[in-house]
Amino acid sequence: MAIIRWGSNPDEISDLDRLRQEVNRLFNVFSPGTEPFVSRVYPALNLTDDGSNFYVRAELPGVDPESLDISVVEGQLLIRGERKIEPEEQKAGYHRRERESGFFRRTITLPARVSPVKVSASVKNGVLTVTLPRAEEAKPRKITVKTT
Amino acid sequence: MKDREMELKEKKEVKKVAGEGTRPGPVFVPAVDILENANEIIVLADMPGVESKSVNIDLKDNQLIITGKVNAPEGEKEISLYKEFNWGDYFRQFTLSNVIDRGKISAKMENGVLRLVLPKVEKAKPQKIKVVTD
Repeated sequence: MAIIRWGSNPDEISDLDRLRQEVNRLFNVFSPGTEPFVSRVYPALNLTDDGSNFYVRAELPGVDPESLDISVVEGQLLIRGERKIEPEEQKAGYHRRERESGFFRRTITLPARVSPVKVSASVKNGVLTVTLPRAEEAKPRKITVKTT
Repeated sequence: MKDREMELKEKKEVKKVAGEGTRPGPVFVPAVDILENANEIIVLADMPGVESKSVNIDLKDNQLIITGKVNAPEGEKEISLYKEFNWGDYFRQFTLSNVIDRGKISAKMENGVLRLVLPKVEKAKPQKIKVVTD
């Protein structure tokens, strides 16, 4: 009796393949900060910190800024929106269709407290940048060492 | 069209860049839609982060080459805490058929999407032929 079924369903990933993918992914995640972490949810996000603000950036080409719904709730940033693709004239035929459309929704947990009222967002050239100023108590404080 | 949630597609990196590859960093293949109607062929390419002046469209023989330059927007003091995608230039190459009227190609960059309109030469447009009855 075969332990592993051969060729019954070519789309199915065998357990060995799945294990191999997981091990590869594990090594990618722990390599020194250059490989992006692969997420399965659209859009991909980058989070950066310059000491006084956090910045979250996403690539959202063709997304109408009016459709974006951005909110900060309990230490999490939530981004929702819709990407619409204009249906070109009825008589056009597609040779290639790679761009996707639809709704998207992403949350990201923020590493420190932010001031929700001071959060701002802008879209330029299809890139969304959300600027989240740290709350006063969350700002890094320099502690001076006194010598006696 | 049903409302569906979008799935993330990883940015596809170009393995070798033909022509100039002088800037350091990865180069990505933009997702495109190509459609054709009676008068023109329209190419829509997703190139977020590219400004109008950073788009280059080149026609060599019958090769159409689209490049878009991206400057990473992070300020100097920003430290990356979590990164799901890299910034990089865009590059894609197409073979055009001879039906395109090269002099009339127009391009527009809006919200990170390039819209390229390639009009067909007159004789390539579908001609209606009248059927005459005696």
